[in-house]
Amino acid sequence: MTGAGADPALRRLALTLGPVLFLWNEDRWRDFYFRVADEADLDTVVIGETVCSKREHFHARSMDEVTERLIRAGKTVRLASLALVTASRERKSVRRLAEQDSFEIEIGELSVLPALQGRPFAVGPMVNVYNAPTVEVLAKLGARTICLPPELPLASLERICVRAPSVAIEVFAFGKVPLAISARCAHARFRGLTKDTCQFICGEDPDGVAVDTLDGQRFLALNGVQTVSGTCHVALDDIEQLRAAGVLGLRLSPQTCDMVAVAQIYRAVAERKLDAQAGRRRLSEVYPAAAFSNGFLHGRPGHELIERTADAR
Amino acid sequence: MQLICPAGTPAALHDAVDLGADAVYCGFRDETNARNFPGLNFSRDELEREIAYAHSRGVHVLVAINTFMRAGSEQLWEQAVDDAVRLGADALILADLGLLAYTADKHPGARRHLSVQAGAANADHIAFLVEAFGIKRAVLPRVLSLAEVAALTREVPCETEVFVFGGLCVMEEGRCSLSSYATGLSPNMHGVCSPASHVRYRKDGDDMVSMLGDFTINRFGAGEAAGYPTICKGRFSAEGRDGYVFEDPVSLDALAHLDTLHKAGVSALKIEGRQRGRAYVAQVVKEIRRRLQPGAAGNVDADVLRKMSEGQRTTEGSYDRRWR
Repeated sequence: MTGAGADPALRRLALTLGPVLFLWNEDRWRDFYFRVADEADLDTVVIGETVCSKREHFHARSMDEVTERLIRAGKTVRLASLALVTASRERKSVRRLAEQDSFEIEIGELSVLPALQGRPFAVGPMVNVYNAPTVEVLAKLGARTICLPPELPLASLERICVRAPSVAIEVFAFGKVPLAISARCAHARFRGLTKDTCQFICGEDPDGVAVDTLDGQRFLALNGVQTVSGTCHVALDDIEQLRAAGVLGLRLSPQTCDMVAVAQIYRAVAERKLDAQAGRRRLSEVYPAAAFSNGFLHGRPGHELIERTADAR
Repeated sequence: MQLICPAGTPAALHDAVDLGADAVYCGFRDETNARNFPGLNFSRDELEREIAYAHSRGVHVLVAINTFMRAGSEQLWEQAVDDAVRLGADALILADLGLLAYTADKHPGARRHLSVQAGAANADHIAFLVEAFGIKRAVLPRVLSLAEVAALTREVPCETEVFVFGGLCVMEEGRCSLSSYATGLSPNMHGVCSPASHVRYRKDGDDMVSMLGDFTINRFGAGEAAGYPTICKGRFSAEGRDGYVFEDPVSLDALAHLDTLHKAGVSALKIEGRQRGRAYVAQVVKEIRRRLQPGAAGNVDADVLRKMSEGQRTTEGSYDRRWR
């Protein structure tokens, strides 16, 4: 919460790396975090499986090694919990996360709150926080950081920051947007399997499976039981407004592009060493496959890109 | 088990009461409820009149205030709660944590149900909300198998209510921004999903193309009935293969499992469809009532019910584990 109450125009924006939403194999996952630890200019790194409990064992072996390296590199580490918890195995897994006290937990839903017994925690973007009274409920229970749902417009972010200054508000600022989660695995079904017989087939698509319209428009992507946006949400043009609104952190969601370079671009724009348009141009070199969007922040359809005009701040 | 029927309009509420509902659910005519469709829902005066009518026949009225409060306009949602309590609603169906806190604080005596939009999918989650806000009943999201519904119902310190017939959310309720991604209007914030204001149909040769916002959601060949462009039931293309990637245009029918739900201790069965008319409610209520009779035989009215379903095809959804 450093800087809350100071001149908003000077406030430093923290950069948080969100959890990897896709199933990356053990080597890729570990090497990704090693490089992030060694090279990326990030304040906080959130790790853990948020999408599907069947994937959890893939990274269990590397977890200690990865967290240790991140800590040694000076990053704050949070452990993320599942967004959809139904089976008893999943409830146990979430409880185990709540019971460890080495790292702050970032909750993906509310089942874990009683087990935390008032210890501080963070709230992930899949928890429905749409207003300040909801922030206040969570703050009383120990929430210190809340990453708001990606569909929230700037107007709401502003109101929330003004009325609930006790919590650090973070905003989803880069990556394919998590749009929905289901009991059904559309990804497994697309490969002729089901959730129960999936053979971890989503691991073959480290960027998800692109879902286009029948007229060839890029629309969505399958990521196991989760559906993500076809576009990559990029809030570079909105950074000054986010800062002015009182937002304290920007969340970068890992994609299959050079995330060290992505962090560098966001840091440079956040520190006003690079203007947003130039940042966006550099970002399209780093992630050429992606179409960018930021419509959600402007109360517009999420897939749209609203560019900052010259006269806007 | 109580039978909870939809009431999109005062006339539909009247019908549901007359046709044998134990309770009806409805909402105010604005974005405070998750069926904020043109021509639906209740003014304060209408609700007052209809509550009096329902109560005169021993039927409860549950008021859904189950969208998420827009930051800065919380008063609209709080006023809806105050008014529903003042007008004599038998329970409020709520999803927003801030609004649950407001209601528990300002109206501790008002019965609170947890909306399906709260997406509380396990016993710990629900138990926490019971403890924090005095929830008396939770409406379960359509992500659980029958066995999971039974286990959860045994464990939670409140009643449970489940959907048994009508529209099917393929995604977990209250956690879906697909509509908002395509149109800017969302179930959580505006109470709409794939809103009619953003739907277009256009002819392309022999095809009828259905669109939501800028996106093609389906193409129908000559002779194929053109359905409504709900994203999760649209036809798309992935890796060059066309198909219903998420789910076919089907609706939920779990009526074959009423006995199992009863044995599981489920308190209430919910029929989706505040946008549907009298004939629909009448037929579904009649069929459920018949099946709840001891020794009731199989589904004699299956065809009638199926014809009333979206796309005229049904699924048991997540209740059948294989659906996943």
